[in-house]
Amino acid sequence: MRRYWYYPGCSGHASARDYQRSVALISPALGLDLVEVEDWNCCGTTAMTSVEPRLSVVLSARNLALAEEAGGRADLVVTCNSCYAILRRAQEQYARRREVRAEVDEALAGIGRRYSGTVRVRHLLEVLVRDVGLDALRERVRRPLSGLRLAPYYGCLLGRPRNDFEDPEEPLSMDRLLEATGATVVRFDRKSKCCGGALITTHEEAALELVREVLSEAAAREARAVVTACPMCQFNLDAYQAKVNAAFGTRLRLPVLYFSQVLGLSLGFGASELGLGQRFVPVGGVGKL
Amino acid sequence: MSEVRIAVYVCHCGTNIADKVDVAGVREFARRLPGVEVARDYQYMCADPGQELLRSDIRERGINRVVVASCSPRMHEATFRQVLESAGLNGYLFEMANIREHCSWVTEESELATHKARALVAAAVKRVRFHAPLEERYVEVNQKALVVGGGIAGIEAALKIARAGKKVWLVERGPSIGGKMAGLDKTFPTLDCSACILTPKMVEAAQHPKITLLSYSEVEGVDGYVGNFQVTVRRKARYVREEDCTGCGTCYQKCPKKVPSEFDGGLSHRKAIYVPFPQAVPNVPVIDRSNCIRFQTGRCGACEKFCPRDAVDFEQEDEFLTLEVGAVIVATGYETFQPQEAPQWGWGRYENVLTARQLERLVNASGPTGGKVLLRRDGEFTDEVPKSVAVLHCIGSRDENYYPYCSRLCCMASLKLAHLIREKTGAQVYSFYIDIRSAGKGYEEFYTRVQAEGIQFIRGKGAEVLERDGQLYVHAEDTLLGAYREVPVDMVVLSTAVTPAPGAERVAQIFGIQRGQDGFFLESHPKLEPLKTATEGIYIVGCCQGPKDIPDSVAQGAGGAAEVLSLLTAGRVQISPVVAEIDAEACSGCKVCVPLCPYSAIKYDEERGACGVNEALCKGCGTCVASCPSGALSCRHFTDEQIYAQIEEVSSL
Repeated sequence: MRRYWYYPGCSGHASARDYQRSVALISPALGLDLVEVEDWNCCGTTAMTSVEPRLSVVLSARNLALAEEAGGRADLVVTCNSCYAILRRAQEQYARRREVRAEVDEALAGIGRRYSGTVRVRHLLEVLVRDVGLDALRERVRRPLSGLRLAPYYGCLLGRPRNDFEDPEEPLSMDRLLEATGATVVRFDRKSKCCGGALITTHEEAALELVREVLSEAAAREARAVVTACPMCQFNLDAYQAKVNAAFGTRLRLPVLYFSQVLGLSLGFGASELGLGQRFVPVGGVGKL
Repeated sequence: MSEVRIAVYVCHCGTNIADKVDVAGVREFARRLPGVEVARDYQYMCADPGQELLRSDIRERGINRVVVASCSPRMHEATFRQVLESAGLNGYLFEMANIREHCSWVTEESELATHKARALVAAAVKRVRFHAPLEERYVEVNQKALVVGGGIAGIEAALKIARAGKKVWLVERGPSIGGKMAGLDKTFPTLDCSACILTPKMVEAAQHPKITLLSYSEVEGVDGYVGNFQVTVRRKARYVREEDCTGCGTCYQKCPKKVPSEFDGGLSHRKAIYVPFPQAVPNVPVIDRSNCIRFQTGRCGACEKFCPRDAVDFEQEDEFLTLEVGAVIVATGYETFQPQEAPQWGWGRYENVLTARQLERLVNASGPTGGKVLLRRDGEFTDEVPKSVAVLHCIGSRDENYYPYCSRLCCMASLKLAHLIREKTGAQVYSFYIDIRSAGKGYEEFYTRVQAEGIQFIRGKGAEVLERDGQLYVHAEDTLLGAYREVPVDMVVLSTAVTPAPGAERVAQIFGIQRGQDGFFLESHPKLEPLKTATEGIYIVGCCQGPKDIPDSVAQGAGGAAEVLSLLTAGRVQISPVVAEIDAEACSGCKVCVPLCPYSAIKYDEERGACGVNEALCKGCGTCVASCPSGALSCRHFTDEQIYAQIEEVSSL
């Protein structure tokens, strides 16, 4: 078993409990020992970033410090694209900017903690594709998802800002992972477009248009489902699909799954234990493969 | 050694140095250093009055060592050495301390800059004490020249040298000369036909008695030094004997194998045996081995059967030539940004998204559509003419994610294409731009003309191209309207960045040329030596040095020829006396140094049982000196004594 520290993020304990459940189910089966960081806090995402950017970095740094203190030189694994981007940004800024480092050090010292910048933040998708490897994944597939047409939706944050994991415009890791399950991956030009993010609560109209763009292309490419790697994307595409239909007169009916759930299906786990029942657009036949 | 009397000059370089470094303080500091007779500071040491200071101090104050604290020695070391010589002092009794690039230009903190300037001056003073006079040497210059790259810059250079009566070899990697210009339709701002002005030059280059054209050939290695280079050229097997071929074209008419044409940007097909374009020079086909049925399967051989001159030769092999030349012009050109690296602009995803170079072929009468701008469907051209076309400027240029620099020629090229599309199709043409850069003779006038033709200019970079319900949309922020726009169009043209040519790294290595941050070849001075390189006798012209339009490339080609001719005509060239020398007594003959020398300048002498350095080949790099286990090797002007003195002093402050 490979040991990693696991940071579920706020949504992992709320709207994306099914995501977390599926991750907890598949990781031991793939030789991954994900141990949740104790006493973690919010990464400092959207609201905090725009109101108190510096405090946002401090919040992230506390999580990084906790993972470091936990020791073992293990990487910190996240499942939310926003957490991923925000934690990595804190890491970058800490490493590159003297004034940020001073502030973070001072803030953490106030609560008796220290961050040295050694822990690596990684997305679960990267761990699966790079550490476990596609060959190993393919070997463990017990129920190939042959014939299932899936649209891989990465969202905008996985490769942005540029990082050492994914390409901002043409990410491919999830394509490869889904292919390993035996599914058919459709071409998807909007795979790294924005889902509207938090705008869905403040500028719903603008966000709905973005959701429509993404879902419409998936439907046009005849995908049976959209697969995401981010709780925010999943929520916007799933929970607001009915509103999109109402607003634009479309007749979209696309289940929106997490890649971990699709992988879980192919590994032989059942739809309900993977949390496939918990969504707005029912998964229908997709879960019964 | 007679008494050492040192003069130190601290240069202000206008405000370049004096703004940061306390020059008077450094001068006072220098005055108190041992051996220093004179210390002065002056506005511009390189100017005439500055030089005169040096001369009069040498004559009147008996100065026999000089230190100038100013800019980089790359800039003015040679200048000051000549000043010393003109005052009767050997030029090597001189040392430069770089307090501009190494001090004032690289910090905001005055105190630190001054401190470092003091340390560098002290080190130079300590070092110059150990300098010895060295004699410059001269070598004869071979009267032939080599031009690498047969684009417009290289052709121009070769012609100019040849017309002066000097022998030139023109080496071109591809099957034909002509370069990128051969693929263009019309040229801005005059709209004269590119081929019409280029082909006469291509033909002249091929026929000039003083030019030997080596097409489909590559330089593999360069030995020697300025005035005496030995260049190894690989003549790649064409599988067609140039001397027998008449260029009748039967072979490629009969060849059954179709391959996407590189020249037409994949918009048409060529055969496995082909000339890249009808006006190719030489008009001799070449077999593309990897696509030839005969080479891949052993069957076919149609070209050989039908050739009326028996010129096809499947047995041909690469040949190697060694050329002896006095000077080299490198004109290896550029490439354009490959937009598949940036799928957001839709190239490769949507078939009616084309690069500017592809569109050049479409509007060209000898192109795949006979000069018509047509839409494509399912990989084929239709009869349908686009009703709206977007031209996107700065694709890959001025973009931190790809190439941060401005590619310089694409604003004008985009305007020209917008004009041609409008003229040929009457389509609504949108030009998405960041800024229009139309600096050049007649360029702004051309811009005004195109505006008047009804082209829609949208100030905002095309951010992405997406298809919705079969319609292409260009997304952009219109920065004049302050609004986000999605403009539906039938066709998109991407003006892609100018990038270094593939293989530029290897070319740089072979010729000892440095490359800048962006990968283009580096000139030895951006203003005053734009064509010279770090290696003497090797010159760069055209787009291999950076993006340029045709007028600038031609001017540089001619300029490169002038550089070569002034070197050749002088007949002899000074070479540096800074070379390694071997104390034969101390040499044990272990030969460790022999394979280490990058210039093959060291040979072992059996009779003496010791190694010897060929001073004409040695570049004074010092690799051998560092490797010698018995300390028999030393490098003139970089002796242990000199270097240690400098290090000790600089680290003691």
